Amino acid sequence: MIDLGMDLGEIVEVVVRAASIIVAFIALPLLLGQTEHKVMAHMQGRLGPMYPGGFHGWAQLVADGAKFAQKEEIIPAAADRSIFRIAPAVSLLPYAVALTAVPLSADLVGADLDCGLLFVLAAMSVGVLGPLMAGWSSANKYALLGGLRAGAQLLAYELPMVLAAASVAMAAGTLSLTGIAQAWEPWWLLWQAPAALVFLTAGLAELQRPPFDLPIADSELVVGPYTEYAGLRFAFFLLAEYAGAVVLSALFTVLFLGGWQGPFDDVLGPVWTLLKTGLMGIVIIWLRVSWPRTREDQLQRLAWTLLVPLSLAQLVLTAVVVVAV
Amino acid sequence: MVVGAVIAGGVLFFAAGVFANRILRPSVPTPEKMTTYESGVDPVGHGWSQSQVRYYLYAYLYVVFAVDAVYLFPWATVLRQFGWATLGEMGVFLGILAVGLVHAWRRGALRWS
Repeated sequence: MIDLGMDLGEIVEVVVRAASIIVAFIALPLLLGQTEHKVMAHMQGRLGPMYPGGFHGWAQLVADGAKFAQKEEIIPAAADRSIFRIAPAVSLLPYAVALTAVPLSADLVGADLDCGLLFVLAAMSVGVLGPLMAGWSSANKYALLGGLRAGAQLLAYELPMVLAAASVAMAAGTLSLTGIAQAWEPWWLLWQAPAALVFLTAGLAELQRPPFDLPIADSELVVGPYTEYAGLRFAFFLLAEYAGAVVLSALFTVLFLGGWQGPFDDVLGPVWTLLKTGLMGIVIIWLRVSWPRTREDQLQRLAWTLLVPLSLAQLVLTAVVVVAV
Repeated sequence: MVVGAVIAGGVLFFAAGVFANRILRPSVPTPEKMTTYESGVDPVGHGWSQSQVRYYLYAYLYVVFAVDAVYLFPWATVLRQFGWATLGEMGVFLGILAVGLVHAWRRGALRWS
């Protein structure tokens, strides 16, 4: 028996917290995926996703899941097998870790960390190792190029994202996510607007969501790093994308939209967080529907010549206001 | 503790999924199926080929700014207490970095060539 210095109650609490995080981590991305099917179907007049099962094609996602679960898995003879196999997990798990520190309300959080912001950003950027590992281990030219593009994208967009987050941390004077959401006031919507814009853009690029889905650009690279994947492991990569979108929406809500703040937030706090997160999820889907894919050089130029200077300017503005007020 | 438990739970979820998948799926490997995918034609050369890494300059820039960001976070939390003096100091620090970025920009390092 290993003695961790904990009594039974504490162990149960840890297990319950971790289990709720895992459940949320599986349920929310699927919910977002389902929403994306329907929202895209409505916005673009797509007929397919509205058909299975009758009402609004509710069974589409179930059918997809059943299909992925029984598909044959093919690992190419040339691939680096062990890396190829664990790459989807490396892509998926960091988002579960990140979700642990994102609060639903002041006391409803998996783990309330003092440096929560730093922790979540660090966990999110580990996710890109998945595509890199997949791209390299596939021994496929498309996959390799896609993986390298994913790496290049992280290099370019991690920075404006971190700077934008630092601006909010500075405004609140804390790195704790609950602390930031508590310090938030409505006029920050205006004050931190450039940071919010930079954060959302950079976050989309880091998740490789359209319009920044160059690593998986189907017209150029088939599906980039995931070209050789099939079946459940491919599905895990897809799930990772939606999990990332959920974490990004939730983090955006906590940093820039005041998290659980709203009317009757002593009772409805978590509901406000979920509502705002859902709204951000729909915005992310909306951006996918309405923007064409950028080119690799445009992507790099946008990051370095627009987003980085913009976020530096926002930092200066935030610092001056914080010191002056 | 919770973070560790979540990691353990996540690994368990992945392992269980892969295991269930192994029971459910067929497995009929043939040499054709195992070939590297290259748009339907026989693969030319090997997948791990050398290519030009064009963005190594970006990578340098990133490292510079990432180190900057590390210093930025502790500073961000104490700004309120120390006021204008610390703001000026950080201004010098950020200013030097901004000059570096402008220099890279003017020398054309930020153009994808």
